[in-house]
Amino acid sequence: MYPNDYQRERANNPLTIKGWLPVREYLLGNAAIARGLLEAGVGLVAGYPGTPSSEIIENVVSLKGKLPLHVEWSVNEKVALEVAAGACWTGRRSAATMKHVGLNVAADPFMTLAYLGVGAGLVLICADDPYCHSSQNEQDSRRYAQFAGIPCLDPKNPQEAKEMTIFAFELSEKFNIPVMLRPTTRVSHAREDVQVGRAANPAGPGRFVKDPARRVALPIHARPLHSELLAKQAAIEEALEKAPWNKLELKGDTGIIASGIAGLYAKEAIFELDEDLSLLCIGTYPLPRKLIRSMLEHVCRVMVIEELEPVVEEQVKMIAREINPQMEILGKESSIPREGELDYLQVKGAIARAIGKPERREPRDLPMSILPARPPSLCPGCSHRATYYAMRKVFGKKAIYPSDIGCYTMAVGMGTVDTCLCMGASITLASGIAFGGEEEGICCSLGDSTFLHGGMTGLLNAAYNKAKITVTILDNSTTAMTGHQPHPGTGMTATGEATAQVSIEALAKALGAGMVETVDPYNLDETMESFKRAKDYPGLSVVIARQPCVIKARRSGSRPKSFQVGEECIGCKVCLDYGCPAIEFDNDKARINSLCSGCGVCTAICKSSAIKEVAR
Amino acid sequence: MRTSECDMVIVGVGGQGVILISDVLGRAAVMAGKPVCGAETHGMAQRGGSVINHTRIGCRFSPMVASGGADLLVALEPAEALRFAQFLSPTGVALVNTRPVLPSTVTSGKAEYPPLKDILAPLRAHSSKVIAMNATALAETAGSAQAMNVVMLGALSRYIPLAEDLVLEALSQVVPPRFLEINKKAFALGKAEVE
Repeated sequence: MYPNDYQRERANNPLTIKGWLPVREYLLGNAAIARGLLEAGVGLVAGYPGTPSSEIIENVVSLKGKLPLHVEWSVNEKVALEVAAGACWTGRRSAATMKHVGLNVAADPFMTLAYLGVGAGLVLICADDPYCHSSQNEQDSRRYAQFAGIPCLDPKNPQEAKEMTIFAFELSEKFNIPVMLRPTTRVSHAREDVQVGRAANPAGPGRFVKDPARRVALPIHARPLHSELLAKQAAIEEALEKAPWNKLELKGDTGIIASGIAGLYAKEAIFELDEDLSLLCIGTYPLPRKLIRSMLEHVCRVMVIEELEPVVEEQVKMIAREINPQMEILGKESSIPREGELDYLQVKGAIARAIGKPERREPRDLPMSILPARPPSLCPGCSHRATYYAMRKVFGKKAIYPSDIGCYTMAVGMGTVDTCLCMGASITLASGIAFGGEEEGICCSLGDSTFLHGGMTGLLNAAYNKAKITVTILDNSTTAMTGHQPHPGTGMTATGEATAQVSIEALAKALGAGMVETVDPYNLDETMESFKRAKDYPGLSVVIARQPCVIKARRSGSRPKSFQVGEECIGCKVCLDYGCPAIEFDNDKARINSLCSGCGVCTAICKSSAIKEVAR
Repeated sequence: MRTSECDMVIVGVGGQGVILISDVLGRAAVMAGKPVCGAETHGMAQRGGSVINHTRIGCRFSPMVASGGADLLVALEPAEALRFAQFLSPTGVALVNTRPVLPSTVTSGKAEYPPLKDILAPLRAHSSKVIAMNATALAETAGSAQAMNVVMLGALSRYIPLAEDLVLEALSQVVPPRFLEINKKAFALGKAEVE
């Protein structure tokens, strides 16, 4: 047991106390990664929020104390990676954080940085989301690393994620190449007792050294750099072969090769089945081919267990062709799904079937059908609901409503979310739909953070190419979905310092929108009038619907108004169709429940003026 | 062969404080020198949706409890108890708060909320013991309905391989000092329910 006094002292002064001993703490995977960054002496961390990666930067902010490191929420992932690259070229260890789809945005610098290399270490932390818990797809970033020729570290738990973060900087510096750390949701959002060490002061010259042959990607420089990138792969593979996260245990003549968290599932299954199986756990890419070779020379058949793409399996098949073309290889085609996330029982079941010990599980007869669905939905009093209500009233059922990525995507049931593709695509899809010949009205919508992330170029393009569409910016003055991170429209940095606050109105005008109006969505009449003007406007119109996120407003302690339904209620259910969770039906009359946040929009929706404000 | 000393699944609705329970247990386990791991829901699913947390004390394997493997199911909301009942082991114990939180599908009249007995009966049929209590009412007695999760933690404390003083020490680390007394009261009321 750890002495409580010591724990307390550390809680007050977590990173800098004297006589520091390694201590275990119960940490979220992303907090463990943040610890790894600080223990590695990182000088800069930049990222854009995205589940399951967001808590990395939040933890760096809360842990950094007086350490002289720069941490920022960047405008998007491309920007984050470029800022991190600039800092590493100035001699400071740097990291960029993002979710898997964010890497698509950052793919341009990512691919060429592999050629140009690093100064101090550069680590790209890219959190994958098998099963799309909170994402629009479940792409496998190991493929990206392979594509770029960049090493990838694939942790199976928070402890490994922390250790790999530190190792990633060393590897990056040793081989002059960016390194990817690729946690998945079940690592980033796992918790574990993690051994934490002491934070290191950022070091490094803090000077940019001019070196055009390695910093200027002209064709004449890129060609030799490409050869260099290919040439160093073998040395990287050899260095990773010995990494502690690749572990081979040779036992019986059936082998299991498992990567990332699948290694934990496999280990647990072998332990529980009490079977004499050989096991190779893999945590690094390029793959440890010597270890795979040793495994294949020892066993007569092998099962490859990995989430999503058959990255390991393809290599195993290639190596098996040289060693034993008759080798039985079980994997994606027979035993392990290529989509979704794996779980322990799936892995145990696959192994048990392979060794001829299939388990019968009695299906449980639970009356699940009596349960009401509980889908995630917009909060009570969310201003997006009011904006969408007004939008739909004005533009009508037949209009086309391209939308985007944020809380508001959950309003798909309101009929105002016709598309969701990627960050900022609402405006560009709307333009394409207009140019494609659609004659109905087109009103797209996206949030403030999404607009600043990926919507501005689309708006500029729409103005330049004369798209007659309406763009609605759902401005709740935060990045709500991922946990309320600040952005350039909030006037606050990641560390809570005041900074220049960009005006979305001025930005929209500068990008070429003809009509730009700002409304309070809680004022339905005003909002509908503005949408009418936007609909009739002969060019590109922008409506900014501004009202702070209700969760943030509540946390800031604003005292909500109170409402109740009076005798005038005729039970028409118009308010119920509005879909606010604070409005219920009780004995054929509407009722405002305790979830009400006091927005008052329902008072304007009620046709019999039955909903009234009451004194608290 | 068991791969964990105690497997728990803690479920509820976004905002009820599922993660706080797991955080307290994890910290207490660390103080006890036991390996501990867990997994939880973040992001989109949290917005008024169902939330599930897995916590495994004395475990060095994956952070997720297998379906049918939980020694304990802690449900901060009755419908969520049934929704995740498949995790409960036939020899496991379910601790259920009986105060419902109506989902928007029910308040808008698109679905009905089942009677409590229809939720508890199948739970009883599929576990060794079900302890149902109005934890929200007990928390109100302690001084704040918000402390409902700590009432459930108090009840849970009787079933886990962790000393009570460690759980209380961990609790004092995670709740704001001005709410500590209310939370200690809530903890005691929950514990008394199962004694």
